[in-house]
Amino acid sequence: MSTRRRSNERFQRFAIWSVLLLFAAVFLLPLYVMVATSLKDMAEVRDGSLLSLPGSLNFDAWQKAWSQACTGTDCGGLRPFFWNSTLMVVPAVLISTALGAVNGYVFAKWRFKGSELMFGMMLFGAFMPLQVVLLPMSQVLGWFELADSIWGLVIVHVLVGLATTTLFFRNYYVSLPDELVRAAMLDGAGFWRIFWRIVLPLSAPILVVTLIWQFTQIWNDFLFGVVFSAGDAKPITVGLNNMANTSSSVKEYNVDMAAAMIAALPTLLIYVLAGKYFVRGLTAGAVKG
Amino acid sequence: MGALSIRNVRKSFGAVDILKGIDIEIEEGEFLILVGPSGCGKSTLLSMIAGLDVPSAGSIHIGERDVTNELPRDRDIAMVFQSYALYPNMNVAENISFALEMRKVPKAEREASVQRVAKMLQIEHLLDRKPAQLSGGQRQRVAMGRALARNPKLFLFDEPLSNLDAKLRVEMRAEIKLLHQRTRTTTVYVTHDQVEAMTLGDRIAVMRDGVVQQFGTPDDIYTRPATRFVAEFIGSPAMNMLQADAVKPGDTELSVKGQAIALTETQRQALQQKPVAECVIGLRPECVQLADQGVPGRLTLLEPTGPDTYAFVDTSVGTLVLRTGGRVTQRVGDQVHVAWDARDLHVFDATGGARIG
Repeated sequence: MSTRRRSNERFQRFAIWSVLLLFAAVFLLPLYVMVATSLKDMAEVRDGSLLSLPGSLNFDAWQKAWSQACTGTDCGGLRPFFWNSTLMVVPAVLISTALGAVNGYVFAKWRFKGSELMFGMMLFGAFMPLQVVLLPMSQVLGWFELADSIWGLVIVHVLVGLATTTLFFRNYYVSLPDELVRAAMLDGAGFWRIFWRIVLPLSAPILVVTLIWQFTQIWNDFLFGVVFSAGDAKPITVGLNNMANTSSSVKEYNVDMAAAMIAALPTLLIYVLAGKYFVRGLTAGAVKG
Repeated sequence: MGALSIRNVRKSFGAVDILKGIDIEIEEGEFLILVGPSGCGKSTLLSMIAGLDVPSAGSIHIGERDVTNELPRDRDIAMVFQSYALYPNMNVAENISFALEMRKVPKAEREASVQRVAKMLQIEHLLDRKPAQLSGGQRQRVAMGRALARNPKLFLFDEPLSNLDAKLRVEMRAEIKLLHQRTRTTTVYVTHDQVEAMTLGDRIAVMRDGVVQQFGTPDDIYTRPATRFVAEFIGSPAMNMLQADAVKPGDTELSVKGQAIALTETQRQALQQKPVAECVIGLRPECVQLADQGVPGRLTLLEPTGPDTYAFVDTSVGTLVLRTGGRVTQRVGDQVHVAWDARDLHVFDATGGARIG
């Protein structure tokens, strides 16, 4: 009886593990193909199969993708686009997170007449299909003479991200007891002091979540990048696309793969380094009584 | 002019009246209790005294100053919250000195205050800890320390003991009283616990549905409850209430289920002056005794608590609860007699609940 039950349990374990491993393999396969291909030279790419291991660790394709690959007639690799993205992502992430934190603080702890309605409208912004803002946004950027510039993209990302960051912070701050704010008011602290000295120091989990979320969103964005940038201001996603679409006599799959890896690397790194906090932060609000 | 006066304060949320004209005035150094069942408006009133909420009408004065529309930080008050509301990111010393820091008190002076308060509350060894590392009683002390640090004009407590277990609650209750005896800071204390109200208060305001039912000393409230509600709310076990038979207005004799109830001369006069159709007679459990003569009944239940025993007796006027010191020799099921002194009776109007005599 008990042995049968035990073998039954063992079978279930086995089944669960098999399914998990299968799915992990399915999801990891493209990554493997990318990495493997990026480390091959063109001869290997042509002769070998898609899944074969590279003969040696050959970083020539990475080098080329980074600094020599051609986009149209311009042969400077991905490097300038990478820096464009960096210059865009750092201010956009910081500003949208900071504004979201203050917004969330107001919506959660300083409610006023109509604040719930305003929050509802902001939520709408978080779930709205972004294509609808393309035309009015380009109009506005034109008025401010920010079209085709990195700062224009920063503004677009801040505005678009604001809805989500506000939602994140508001929902987190709702779980902080109101009495903390009331106590601080009686202690003589004002709006900003309460925020700096009490609310913000308690925000570490949601800050990490928001920073990772915004970084990923903005770094990976293609739509706004391709619509609102031109010339020297293109972000890496657009650069990658253009590079892969530049026709030459031979399609250099290894260089394309290396370029795609370079473009994906920052978000990948962030997840590896801070993913633990990300999951923890997402559930932090839920566990609290 | 009192240390705190609340004048005709009203509060409505839409069509709902939370407070319907509150008038309370206390003197410097007094300990005021706001007590009542949940939803009676006591916490709302405290929020208004603190400045965290604004009255719809009326005014609040602290000392000579009208503070009705002043910010909390300008009122010179300190508050202990039900959840303590200690700042989780600061250690105990920082929690205590935060209010002083916000008021730009020099660092040396702040540290001196922290030391003084820590010594008074015996939390010197906890100063470096974060609130999460403290027990319930310790958090309570820190919350009081935070309020004490800057010698406020007015101390506010919002059900500060309700998160503690029974034993600790009794300990902290005594400490709050001791503290008040030492500092003599005017205090407003909200609770729904009648024992806390009776033991701590110099003045008690018993509230119900946004109205102060009675405002007086604990002795007043206990011995001369102004309404039936107050009579039943204060005291444990609750006051026995007997529905008297209908009388003609002006009658000066009362009976319960046909059994005549003797009244004092004063009570009879009161009945004559305030003629009512129906009365309720109240009798505190400790004012009823087991006796050789009196109203006959059967002992149905005994609840020994140690020092006292509560006895439930079914009589022809209804079930009466008695409170007697020491042991009861009779057994459950025995036929007994109960007696009381007419002076211990409380007579209330059955319809409005107001005290008659």
